[in-house]
Amino acid sequence: MSRRGKTPGGPGGPGVSERPRGQAATSAERLQRLLALVPYIVSRKAVGLADTAAAFGLSERELVDDLNLLWCVELRNPDPYCPIDLSYEGGEIVVSQAETIGRPLRLAVDEASALLVALRMLADVPGLEDRSALSRLIVKLETAAGEAARPSAQVAVQVDKPAGDQAIARIRDALDRKRRVHLQYYVPGRDEATQRDVDPMRLLVVEGRTYLEGWCRRADGVRLFRLDRVLGIDVLEIPATVPEDAQPVDVDRGLFRPSAEDVHVTIEVSAAGRWVAEYYPCESVEELADGRLRIGLRTPDTRWVRRLALRLGEDGRVIAPDDLRALIRDDATAALSAYASA
Amino acid sequence: MSRRKTERLLSLVVCLLSTRRFLTAEQIRQAVAGYPEQPEAFKRMFERDKEELRELGIPLETGSLSPLDGEDIGYRVQQQAYELPELRLEADEAAVLGIAARVWRHAELAGAAAGALLKLRAAGIDTDHPDAGADVRQGIEPRVHTAEPAFGPLWEAVRDRRPVTFAYRAAGRSEPQTRELEPWGVVNRHGRWYVAGRDRGRDAARVFRLSRIEGDVRFAGPSGSVIVPAGTDVREVVRTWDSVPPRENTAVLRVRPGAGYGLRRYATGPADADASPDLSAPSSSAPSSSAPSTSAGAPSAPSSPAGTGGWDTISVPYSDVGWFADHVASFGADVVVADPPDLRDAVIRKLKGVLA
Repeated sequence: MSRRGKTPGGPGGPGVSERPRGQAATSAERLQRLLALVPYIVSRKAVGLADTAAAFGLSERELVDDLNLLWCVELRNPDPYCPIDLSYEGGEIVVSQAETIGRPLRLAVDEASALLVALRMLADVPGLEDRSALSRLIVKLETAAGEAARPSAQVAVQVDKPAGDQAIARIRDALDRKRRVHLQYYVPGRDEATQRDVDPMRLLVVEGRTYLEGWCRRADGVRLFRLDRVLGIDVLEIPATVPEDAQPVDVDRGLFRPSAEDVHVTIEVSAAGRWVAEYYPCESVEELADGRLRIGLRTPDTRWVRRLALRLGEDGRVIAPDDLRALIRDDATAALSAYASA
Repeated sequence: MSRRKTERLLSLVVCLLSTRRFLTAEQIRQAVAGYPEQPEAFKRMFERDKEELRELGIPLETGSLSPLDGEDIGYRVQQQAYELPELRLEADEAAVLGIAARVWRHAELAGAAAGALLKLRAAGIDTDHPDAGADVRQGIEPRVHTAEPAFGPLWEAVRDRRPVTFAYRAAGRSEPQTRELEPWGVVNRHGRWYVAGRDRGRDAARVFRLSRIEGDVRFAGPSGSVIVPAGTDVREVVRTWDSVPPRENTAVLRVRPGAGYGLRRYATGPADADASPDLSAPSSSAPSSSAPSTSAGAPSAPSSPAGTGGWDTISVPYSDVGWFADHVASFGADVVVADPPDLRDAVIRKLKGVLA
């Protein structure tokens, strides 16, 4: 095949810079992107520069540079020949010749696993509505991935089933109809059953647990409610009114964000109390001798720490602050006197 | 990043895909621009390029040429092995795919999930469909985190069937021990990662919690050398290991009115009106991990004042005296054990330990 005549100045016509821009991606990463870019355009027949750049997380200049690179590919043997032809004149990309890379590369094992493990986890999510779509999608992906789908069976994420499907059903109903709910909610840190009206925002599943995120009218702020701690729920015939400036929790940055006003607590635990560092979001964990740990954490409310200290007994010791230490001693003394008088 | 290298790799892929016959290294050198003339330099660069293509998952095939050709080894990529098979998704399926791809965000497999989504989009699938289903509309956001550094190497080991070795500190142990494991799978349960497999030192199936692995996980054998026993269900292995023993004992507790909800919820015996009988038992032997600021709302009105009114007496089933005593002790003066005596003594010991 002979070399086709190509317009000087690149596929975008004269005046478009072909100079590469500094990019953080490695050659392999960029190759991966180029191998996806061609079929992305081919499968859509024609796409806009701006839309495509957005879909690939690129600036338009970066995308143009990718397109120029594709256009420049040349094989030399036996005759010089350009396998890819495309144009992006007028901001619309058209690939007129894609040769052998018109279809995307197969899914790698990690890629197939990431999606399949996530989908099988979704199947566990309580109250999911699009269950039929989910199972159809799993079958399609397994088929498309072929052999690469196999190792995904060796990874599983289990979602806890919150007690009572009724709570889920009511929350879904409230979310769907944008209604306020009344919650009876257990707060273990304070051993309290609280009553509150909440305007539901989202249903989150994080670390295997299901949470209702909503605007709590009692706290006047966004709060998360773990569904296994919901003692009772009623959907009120009142429209949910989430303030426009309500900030949803950034689930990717951790559910529990300490704030500057929090109390800083230091606890030392024995080897038997090391689980504390696994269960609570700690600010610092320091190894001491004999498997002991010194744990630093911040909390807006120290009542749960008092309860934790009683649970730990001699396997844990609150070191600071002093007033908290005094309260814990009082708690233990009061509890023991209940036995003395019983 | 070098543009020339990207161009060379791309040309190499196209070149290997366009041939039906195996191509010799020399034929490839002539067809693909950017390789050096000098044979040794070319060989080194070509070796690295082949490795890069394999790492991207490009099925590079090596084969024998016909004996008439001068060289023995040739290369090609078969179109059928390269291409993602035809895949069409309905709008509702694509919407669910969008939710699934976000699950790993910022976790170990985030890059893999993004890579998969990119390929599926490249296949013509649009994940952000306007008429998505109720789950998308209502903002279902599932997330998995992989805070444990051991996750990455253990997933690789499971994927590639390689044995591993690591230092492990079992619960309550003051010193970690070295374990050698043939991993069968990794499982997330109650938000924590576990690895299940055959412990070579103990010649038995074992489950390890990733957060208790200390230091690096190292490979202890070649890929493909682990055989997962037929019919192994790793979820089940971990579930069995982590399951709560039956609650065969019953405690009689006196509970201050308006307090002890964490125990009232599981009461079987005379309980007050606030208890919800339909709530099932907790699924883990772990202490209820009260995340401190889950609902750190304004402080509520104080619970019923101490010492007023009669106390409630409830019966609560439990399995392990030690664990249950810890749990009861955490309620302080609000809950007093009436029976059995060993539980009562254990709680008193615990509380004395606080003052020791």
